Amino acid sequence: MLTTLTFYTLAFLILVFAALVVTARNTVYSILFLVGDFLAVALLYAAMNSMFVAAIQVLVYAGGIVVLYLFVVMLVNLKRPAEEAIAPQRHNLLGWLLSAAVLGELVFLGVYNAFRSAAGPNLGPAGGTVGFVENVGVALYADYLIPFELASMLLLVAMVGAIILARREL
Amino acid sequence: MITTTHYMVLSAALFMIGVLGVVTRRNIIIIFMSIELILNAVNINLMAFSMRWGNPVGQVFTLFVIAVAAAEAAVGLGIILALYRNKDTINIDEMNIMRS
Repeated sequence: MLTTLTFYTLAFLILVFAALVVTARNTVYSILFLVGDFLAVALLYAAMNSMFVAAIQVLVYAGGIVVLYLFVVMLVNLKRPAEEAIAPQRHNLLGWLLSAAVLGELVFLGVYNAFRSAAGPNLGPAGGTVGFVENVGVALYADYLIPFELASMLLLVAMVGAIILARREL
Repeated sequence: MITTTHYMVLSAALFMIGVLGVVTRRNIIIIFMSIELILNAVNINLMAFSMRWGNPVGQVFTLFVIAVAAAEAAVGLGIILALYRNKDTINIDEMNIMRS
């Protein structure tokens, strides 16, 4: 019961914050709603017993990426609004239709598969110790060591690239 | 009882909101944030199935997705800054220097 309540509360928060991110007129408000969204997703991970990923979500997303966005918005101080635009509503109807089609398809597939196959145990969100740091660490450093090192190389290359791109005389 | 389907529907809805942001907004920073929302939707799915099958590999992939999202944000925002310094705009309708 408590699990159900937690899930619905967090799902509501996630969707509302995401909708606010997409619809907010002011980019800074958009970023603040994005922080709320990331924190709600982190809480969802925590409710799934995955404390490590929840901590990483808070550290990297809510702590790192969002600060990067804020810096860029502060540096890009527009004299005129970004979307005064030639025809701001031009693509909106098509966009809504496409998104609704994607959502309908995904929900249909999910529900269809859920009703079709009753095979396998359904552990539920709080069903195990999968998300504990020990299990994730063993999987990460034993089976996925080379992808892990490649990810660190990717981060290094991205950091150098970002510094070069953001230099003043480019 | 919350099943994997609940997580999948939540993830699909979040994905939809992200797609909506990408296709309806013209501000490139907000489009980037919508892409982050889409990646979050993917992560929720990976975590849900990781719990469903009792396998931590889904969580490992979530960590990789987070790392790649960080790299993408850094490079993408660098490109936005460089473009803003040269073209003085963040509206994607005005970013057409490669067309002419």
